[in-house]
Amino acid sequence: MFEKNGGALSSIATAIALLVVWEGATRLLGIPTYLLPAPSVIASDFARNWPRIADSSWITTLNMVAGFVLSVLVGIPLAMALAYSPQVERSIYPIVVFLQILPKIAIAPLFIVWFGFGTMPKVLLVFLLTFFPIVVNTVVGFKSVDPGVMELARSTGAGALRTFYKIRFPSALPSIFVGLKIAAALASTAAVVAEFVASDSGLGYLIITYNGQLATPMVFATIIVLGVIGLVFYFLIEFVERLVVPWHVSMRADQAGA
Amino acid sequence: MAEAQIVLKGVGKTFVRGLQRTTALAGVDIEIARGAFVAVVGPSGCGKSTLLRLVSGLVMPSEGSVRVAGEPVVGPRADTGIVFQKATLVDWRDILGNVLLQLEMRGIDGPEARERARTLLTAVGLGGFENRYPHELSGGMQQRAAIARGLVHQPGMLLMDEPFGALDALTREQMRLDLEALWLRERMTVFFITHSIDEAVLLADRVIVMSQRPGTVDHVFDVDLPRPRGLAARNDPRFAALTDAITRIFLSRGVLDEQRLAL
Ligand SMILES: Nc1ncnc2c1ncn2[C@@H]1O[C@H](COP(=O)(O)OP(=O)(O)OP(=O)(O)O)[C@@H](O)[C@H]1O
Ligand SMILES: [Mg+2]
Repeated sequence: MFEKNGGALSSIATAIALLVVWEGATRLLGIPTYLLPAPSVIASDFARNWPRIADSSWITTLNMVAGFVLSVLVGIPLAMALAYSPQVERSIYPIVVFLQILPKIAIAPLFIVWFGFGTMPKVLLVFLLTFFPIVVNTVVGFKSVDPGVMELARSTGAGALRTFYKIRFPSALPSIFVGLKIAAALASTAAVVAEFVASDSGLGYLIITYNGQLATPMVFATIIVLGVIGLVFYFLIEFVERLVVPWHVSMRADQAGA
Repeated sequence: MAEAQIVLKGVGKTFVRGLQRTTALAGVDIEIARGAFVAVVGPSGCGKSTLLRLVSGLVMPSEGSVRVAGEPVVGPRADTGIVFQKATLVDWRDILGNVLLQLEMRGIDGPEARERARTLLTAVGLGGFENRYPHELSGGMQQRAAIARGLVHQPGMLLMDEPFGALDALTREQMRLDLEALWLRERMTVFFITHSIDEAVLLADRVIVMSQRPGTVDHVFDVDLPRPRGLAARNDPRFAALTDAITRIFLSRGVLDEQRLAL
């Protein structure tokens, strides 16, 4: 615990030092604002354009969350089918693996052609990017139940349903959360790429617009807001993980420090 | 002789994995009376755990027949308690939760069940640890929790696979005394696998000595030491004679070798 707080404090100190050096360097060396704006310029431009950024943030966040939720709703049941039915696995898993290898971002322009502008193609791209880590890690989770524990379960004569919610599901949860966290980290990237391509709304669209106007301070401001949204989303998932699987190795306080 | 609880006739078990075939057991004939305490000793890898799995209905024999309580074994039976060689506690439940899992999986719940679980945990020396998680316990403590889990549904047949293997010598002695006391009270059928010749002779009415793989019944000894055997039985000349006889079997089969200079 002590270590951790010390670490947080020193990284805050480092960040402040970096900002000071950055500010000083841009002023002393006379770097033009359109190349590298000083932190103070970014802050004041950000304050002035705040309402526009807030509106776009809302849109981007909605796209991220909608795509992510869709991934969870489709991905986890599919993964369960893959883990439990050899037939489903044989017929679907090779396709899943192939699709996973495709650079999914390359599909974004097609989505615009198919689904037009608006929310649909963005949500779908987020879905496409977050779907695979969720499926793959959930399959791993359900397949790697300790055989000894499964033998114990069988010895009790419990039915499939009871074995599922008392043994298989809790045992798969840590791995499911690994997938959810990877997906959460990918969600903001997916949303921004979709907005780049569609170029009609959201933070991705703002970045393209500001960049075209050489309004570099606002590009920086938008990127920072994106980073914050992504971070909040990730930590939200991690918070839920702490609540749901507090017993798992990765959650134990004594493992972190040692 | 009392009615037979466990009957194995000409039982063999061969594991097939690709081109590799492992014959773990061959031609095993065993008959265990209801309420008897039978121990099995044998060298590592001779098929003792496989034998226990066959009796428990977790695996099916490749040859011969396994009958329990007069019926052919087709799967796990409700009145069986198993203590596996490994503790296999689930890491998302505390110790009490792990013992209760045995009951919940069988659809048993309620305050009496809870009470029995607590009493058993205290009996195996885990009182006060009910709400600890498996990773917070030593290997021996985990094994004791697994023993409590194997007993909590009051099985009429208890199958134990080296249950005291992970315990220190003192705890082991205590658990042996407790198991004998429990058995004298409940008189369930016990099938007890162990590496320890002393433990087999001290606990069982009958000791089955297995040969090396493919495992089969090499010798059967009836143990007529008076009960409760407690700690005193070790000084009984019959104890010394029996352990000596079993040791000599292992010597003659090459499982034990006094002259070997391998280490
Ligand atoms: N599921 C399995 N698949 C293939 N081979 C197996 C399997 N289970 C056991 N065996 C083999 O059967 C033999 C007997 O194994 P078993 O676990 O019954 O021995 P054991 O007497 O319990 O040994 P130990 O005293 O070391 O626990 C071993 O050679 C083992 O490799
Ligand atoms: Mg074994």
